[in-house]
Amino acid sequence: MKKLTIPEEEYMLPGHTACLGCGATIAMRYVLKALGKNTILSIPACCWAVIPGVYPHRNLEVPLLYTAFEVTGAAISGIREALDALGKEDVNVVGFAGDGGTADIGLQALSAAAERGHNVFYIMYDNEAYMNTGIQRSGSTPMGAWTTTTPGGKKRMYKWEPKKSVAEIMVAHHIPYVATATIAYPEDMISKLKRAKEIKGPKFFQILSPCPTGWRHSPDKTVEVSRLAVQTNIFPLYEVINGKYKISIKPKNPKPVKEYLRLQGRFRHLTEEEIAMIQKNVDENWKALLKKERCSQEEE
Amino acid sequence: MRMILTGNESAAWGAKLSRPKVIAAYPITPQTSIIETIADFIANGEMDARYIRVESEHSAMAACIAAQNTGVRTYTATSAHGLALMHEVLIWASGARLPIVMSVVNRAMAPPWSVWTDQLDTMAERDSGWIQVYTQNNQEVLDSIIMSYKIAEKHNILMPTMVIEDAFILSHTSEGVEIPDQKDVDDFLGEYNPAFKLDPDEPAGFGSLIMPEGPYMEFRYKMALAMEEARNEIKKVVEEYNEKFNRSYSPFIEEYRTEDADAIMVVLGTIGSTAKDVVDRMREKGKKVGVARVRYFRPFPADEMRALAKKTNMIGVVDRSYSFGPGADLYAETKSVLYGYANIPVKNYVMGLGGRDITPQILEKVFNDMLSIAKEGVVDREVEWVGLQGDKRWS
Repeated sequence: MKKLTIPEEEYMLPGHTACLGCGATIAMRYVLKALGKNTILSIPACCWAVIPGVYPHRNLEVPLLYTAFEVTGAAISGIREALDALGKEDVNVVGFAGDGGTADIGLQALSAAAERGHNVFYIMYDNEAYMNTGIQRSGSTPMGAWTTTTPGGKKRMYKWEPKKSVAEIMVAHHIPYVATATIAYPEDMISKLKRAKEIKGPKFFQILSPCPTGWRHSPDKTVEVSRLAVQTNIFPLYEVINGKYKISIKPKNPKPVKEYLRLQGRFRHLTEEEIAMIQKNVDENWKALLKKERCSQEEE
Repeated sequence: MRMILTGNESAAWGAKLSRPKVIAAYPITPQTSIIETIADFIANGEMDARYIRVESEHSAMAACIAAQNTGVRTYTATSAHGLALMHEVLIWASGARLPIVMSVVNRAMAPPWSVWTDQLDTMAERDSGWIQVYTQNNQEVLDSIIMSYKIAEKHNILMPTMVIEDAFILSHTSEGVEIPDQKDVDDFLGEYNPAFKLDPDEPAGFGSLIMPEGPYMEFRYKMALAMEEARNEIKKVVEEYNEKFNRSYSPFIEEYRTEDADAIMVVLGTIGSTAKDVVDRMREKGKKVGVARVRYFRPFPADEMRALAKKTNMIGVVDRSYSFGPGADLYAETKSVLYGYANIPVKNYVMGLGGRDITPQILEKVFNDMLSIAKEGVVDREVEWVGLQGDKRWS
């Protein structure tokens, strides 16, 4: 039998205040397992500003700086430079922010931090909407989704714009490491984090983290939804090291995206035509990713 | 060592001598030459600090907060729109009890665009929990930065501080400035000793969620107490600095010829030096006027203001901003602390907005207006805008 590569150490203790089946909580657990005790976290306004617990309780065994919503990029820059000034270059500095705090309100600070090249991790746990405030559309909400600010109604006001590709935006910053990951593939996520740990400079992770409350699926389906996101190619797993793309998992027979959509109440209104449109979008994005991988490898 | 420095170069020197380990910098007129001078210091190896060239003032303050919370002294500088953009994180810095010191070069807020001096930017942050010290000359700019670190970093204070200078009148005007020896400043300030910090060996969380029954209210109360306690520390530190560096700063209010004054003009910043000159001329004519230049607006010098009112028959408060409340800020607060303590007329003179020149001629007319109010014992109007276009009364 193959031995598990997930570290046994726990830095996230039981007793968090997240919803049942929260993907973001699983993401944090793996991130800390991979990076270890010598880590400082910075968390803006997001679900994870609440999940550690109410003062004076906290379920994390690493130091944690809570910050304003839009400042994660600036905060991790400040922590990193202060640590380096103090000669503590071995401490991992990790910004852990939601998709709203990353793709929308925090994009400016993230972009600047990446461009300046600080030796930091930025982890976007992507639950595809403002979940802490109660399921409002973000730039990272996927095409076709219901949210409380894209509620449907007579005019079918769902979110029709494509999901913003934050990982690709980060690739365009020419940083040394960009990766996508999701909680159904912990060994993939942890091996990527460990690889990134050896790289000096900005490291960006986009971790798809299903949210049963907002995605309207049963809490026991979190891992299944996460796995289907990869198996349908709607959220491909890949890494980009110094501009070179490497797709982590290439499903031999990708499942129809419909299987992923039908598990989630946020897509229940979709017509067959709309699902076909989303399928087309997924196929095009996947082809484009394959092309990027081929082109960047050919440059060798 | 004596050098010819602009206000902004003086600020950069004050920062350099205080040895912050992290600087977060973003340009804005008229502050920019502070961060440029600091960049030169670092580039020339004269200053050992990490210099984060952030993409906004909001990020400048956010980076300072995070760095200071990691256990190092920090510095930044801004003006007007930059300060307004920081508003959210200014409140974060004080709430997190981080003794950050920042230079603010007073500048008008748009629209219409104006880069000239006006105090609306700092007055709009009077409730942000920052200590505010207003300066009158380039020497005071430099010295106040050093003193501010010492006051702010005391573990019974831990409140961030704005050291404020007028745009162009100080920021871009050169004066002779005495530069203290680095060794003396090192002795005076000591190594930064954080009260708490982010440390993997002692993991703690800073700024977590709190319920209404949790100590949110108590945290705010402790800030209020610290701001009160700052009065004592300001007094002690200013006296210590005066002694060590041969200066003569009054801690809270610099009084000039107030002892037997029929009317006293209360001002902030560089208006003080113009007003003192006018006082001398008027005294020669037998007119008994004086000036009180307020240095600390936060904490507000209530006791000193009450003592001042006991010396005179009338107070005229000059504001270089307007607040759309019961007069402008310095006036409203002055009148508020005098209520029940001094039954003398107090009048607000709003002038110099958007950098409009405050000339000795205008101030002399204001003093004369104050003297006639002192004589009659009643104010003709509570708030008067002085020097509006076409108003012949003051020109």
